Amino acid sequence: MALAQAQAQAAQLKKVKKQKVLLMGKSGSGKSSMRSIIFSNYLARDTRRLGATIDIDLSHVKFLGNLTLNLWDCGGQEAFMENYLSQQRAHVFSNVGVLIYVFDIESRDVERDLATYVNIISALVQYSREAKVFVLIHKMDLIQSLTREEVFDRRVNIVRRKTAEAVAIVRKQKPEQSPGTPGGAAAAAAAAAAALAASSPSSILDIDIDMQLFATSIWDQSLYKAWASIIHDLVPNLGVIETQLASVGVAIDADEILLFERTSFLVVSKWTSREGDNNPFGDRFERMSSILKSWKHTCSKFTGTPRNAEQFSDLEIKMGTKFSMFVTKFTTNTYILVCMPPGEARFNSAKLNVAAARPWFRFLDGPVIAPSAGAGSSQHLLAHNSAGGAGGVQSEANSRPLNI
Amino acid sequence: MSSAFTGSSRVDVDNSTAQLPRHTYISPAILNLERVYEQNRQLLQKKDGAKVPDPITIPQTKGKPRLLLMGQRRSGKSSISGVVFQKVSPSETLFLESTARIHKNNLSSFMEFQVWDFPGQIDVFDNPNFAFDMDAIFGEIGALIWVIDAQDDYLEAVARLNNTILHLQRSYPHINIEVFIHKVDGLSDDYKLDIQRDVTIRIQDELSDQGVENAPVSFHLTSIYNHSIFEAFSKVIQKLIPRLGQLEAMLTNLCRTCRFEKAYLFDVTTKIYIATDSTPEDMASYEICSDYLDVIIDFTQVYGNWQRSPDWRKHLEQAPWMQPLEDQVACERAESGMVLSDAQRPIMLREVDRFLALVAIMKEGSYEKMPQINMNVDVVVKGLTEFFEITKPKETRTTTETIAGRAAGGWIND
Ligand SMILES: Nc1nc2c(ncn2[C@@H]2O[C@H](COP(=O)(O)OP(=O)(O)OP(=O)(O)O)[C@@H](O)[C@H]2O)c(=O)[nH]1
Ligand SMILES: Nc1nc2c(ncn2[C@@H]2O[C@H](COP(=O)(O)OP(=O)(O)OP(=O)(O)O)[C@@H](O)[C@H]2O)c(=O)[nH]1
Ligand SMILES: [Mg+2]
Ligand SMILES: [Mg+2]
Repeated sequence: MALAQAQAQAAQLKKVKKQKVLLMGKSGSGKSSMRSIIFSNYLARDTRRLGATIDIDLSHVKFLGNLTLNLWDCGGQEAFMENYLSQQRAHVFSNVGVLIYVFDIESRDVERDLATYVNIISALVQYSREAKVFVLIHKMDLIQSLTREEVFDRRVNIVRRKTAEAVAIVRKQKPEQSPGTPGGAAAAAAAAAAALAASSPSSILDIDIDMQLFATSIWDQSLYKAWASIIHDLVPNLGVIETQLASVGVAIDADEILLFERTSFLVVSKWTSREGDNNPFGDRFERMSSILKSWKHTCSKFTGTPRNAEQFSDLEIKMGTKFSMFVTKFTTNTYILVCMPPGEARFNSAKLNVAAARPWFRFLDGPVIAPSAGAGSSQHLLAHNSAGGAGGVQSEANSRPLNI
Repeated sequence: MSSAFTGSSRVDVDNSTAQLPRHTYISPAILNLERVYEQNRQLLQKKDGAKVPDPITIPQTKGKPRLLLMGQRRSGKSSISGVVFQKVSPSETLFLESTARIHKNNLSSFMEFQVWDFPGQIDVFDNPNFAFDMDAIFGEIGALIWVIDAQDDYLEAVARLNNTILHLQRSYPHINIEVFIHKVDGLSDDYKLDIQRDVTIRIQDELSDQGVENAPVSFHLTSIYNHSIFEAFSKVIQKLIPRLGQLEAMLTNLCRTCRFEKAYLFDVTTKIYIATDSTPEDMASYEICSDYLDVIIDFTQVYGNWQRSPDWRKHLEQAPWMQPLEDQVACERAESGMVLSDAQRPIMLREVDRFLALVAIMKEGSYEKMPQINMNVDVVVKGLTEFFEITKPKETRTTTETIAGRAAGGWIND
């Protein structure tokens, strides 16, 4: 029985670990730009050289040791879009974990963009009802900063309305009615809708899309906010990470702890003390991502080593009696930032304690479960490491049942 | 709930020993630096006491040295002023409107400065509608910065510049003329140098035709989209600093005793460096040090500027610490360090006073020697502080404002 359970668990973990992520939107809206900046260390200005994506660009992004994003960067030219919606419909829209839909705020033909969006959402709902949707209203830097919020809010309302429309279309659609929408795409949509309706008629009625919208630009930190939210829910064992960060934070009297993925510098997890909650900078997490990432690029330029190589370790700041802070390599795949109250001894002790806590987090680098040992989930690794690796340091997390 | 971190297994560092090395051990290096510092101090005293004229040939102006930004319309003057002195981001300059009247900025930094941004459409020497009071403009001037758009046809700009130089040579021959060959982003290195050569020749030819020799004209290739504009301003301002040589000697000494590769003394608000050691100029080092300063300022802005709750301090001063916060810290001003991964080269930063910070690239593997290095840095910082105490107007002395308290910068607009 234990074995069966373990196998089930392993299977489940395996499923979470590979995530199909669709990146869609009109040609030139900035999909490939964002992907290249976040995952491939491009500078914002490098993206001017990107050509239009032909058909679908598939990449497997390793994120931490135990999550792979299968990123489908779908070229947005009309012919391709039409093709995704018809011939490739099932292939593209099945098993989707996340759809990221990008709108170019400067686009001239908003009506057309929205019509395409409705078609894409319909297709998604038919094949991957559970998928999460992230809508990015992109290139916000081109809007004067005073009106940005207003422009964004207005667009959010429209997109929400259109999303409801798309769902309604799927709900109502019967094979013989395919009004309005042109060509093969609509026919295929109708057929798929019919198939879905036949197989599970009740479920169609309670489609409720899990959707979040963000205003983004490659020229500021807003990009990091949106993408951190996107990956946040995909990261396995998030509960464990959060609990353990909290124990570290409390133990060393920190104000804030941020855990970054090493390549993208996206915030994987964070913990803030009650004192730290008073910090008025609500955008500080994405700011830290953006600052550290551009610092990494500066270092790379200076050292002449590739941008994806490790560039720095052990950044320390002591700001008199205001605060202290350090950013240091943590596990193989992560950096950790600790912001804390001032004091030389407190600082040194925090650094040592963070180093001592490292083994608790080794599961972040954990390989995907080895096929031979299906039961060896990362939880066991964690328990093993923290008992053995951390020497005298004991953790409450050890004895806590780890529910994932 | 008992956690490993708060229990007996806590990895504690003894409070008293943590700060010891700073004051008990005196290395040969520190002694050497003390001596240099003392020499400099005596030198300064002697000078000031006896009212010996300054060795540098800048007239000691009554007020603040002034930087004038002149040049053709749309050459980039307001953009430069915005980016360097008002934290405008380069892309925001796209929205700038043409300047209609002289725009004056005051900077109270380690020195008091004024920056005057002129409208390109006005030629002060050749204006049919209005006779400018030349003395009011050029009387207290430190430098005239003439901005030329390198991406545009620059013949007219050069002709106007020539005319301006000739006028100035007659009445104000001591004024430094700094030619910024600007907007060189997007131009190839060869093309940049070609333009620089061409502009230089056109100006020198004209001047010698007019019988003007040795006019103080310098050329800089600049762009607001990279560090070149800050570097150029650094050069411009360094010429206006009295006793720059002494500053440089202090930094050179620090580099020798601490095995630093390169050290810069930065004006924190503008990221202009006002002195460096005597090793050759190196743009890459300047860039990384300047970016490092930026990182520290950004972090400080986010984490250093909000009011902690009243209980915060109480909590921090109780057991096991049992010390006022002031005694718990090793240095009351900002200090920071970081290690580059390629060859384990550290970079360090130390706040000197409310305006200045020392940033240095260290030799590989010197991170372990940080305690000794810190002592040497302490000494130099002390020397620098005194140096600037002497040159500063009285009312701004002895304030203890820090990087943390000064996110907004020191600029005021008229
Ligand atoms: N101003 C601005 N330009 C952006 C932004 N993001 C991307 N761009 C620019 O938009 C252009 C097109 O970007 P891509 O990423 O190639 O567009 P795409 O969505 O991948 O296009 P397809 O591959 O044809 O679907 C590039 O020149 C980018 O530099 C942004 O946030 N602001
Ligand atoms: N490519 C590039 N453009 C620049 C640079 N500096 C300024 N510009 C652009 O040049 C244009 C004109 O800049 P301004 O600063 O308004 O020019 P100005 O000299 O103050 O013009 P007037 O006030 O009319 O005399 C703006 O669109 C800036 O974005 C630069 O270094 N590179
Ligand atoms: Mg693309
Ligand atoms: Mg102007």
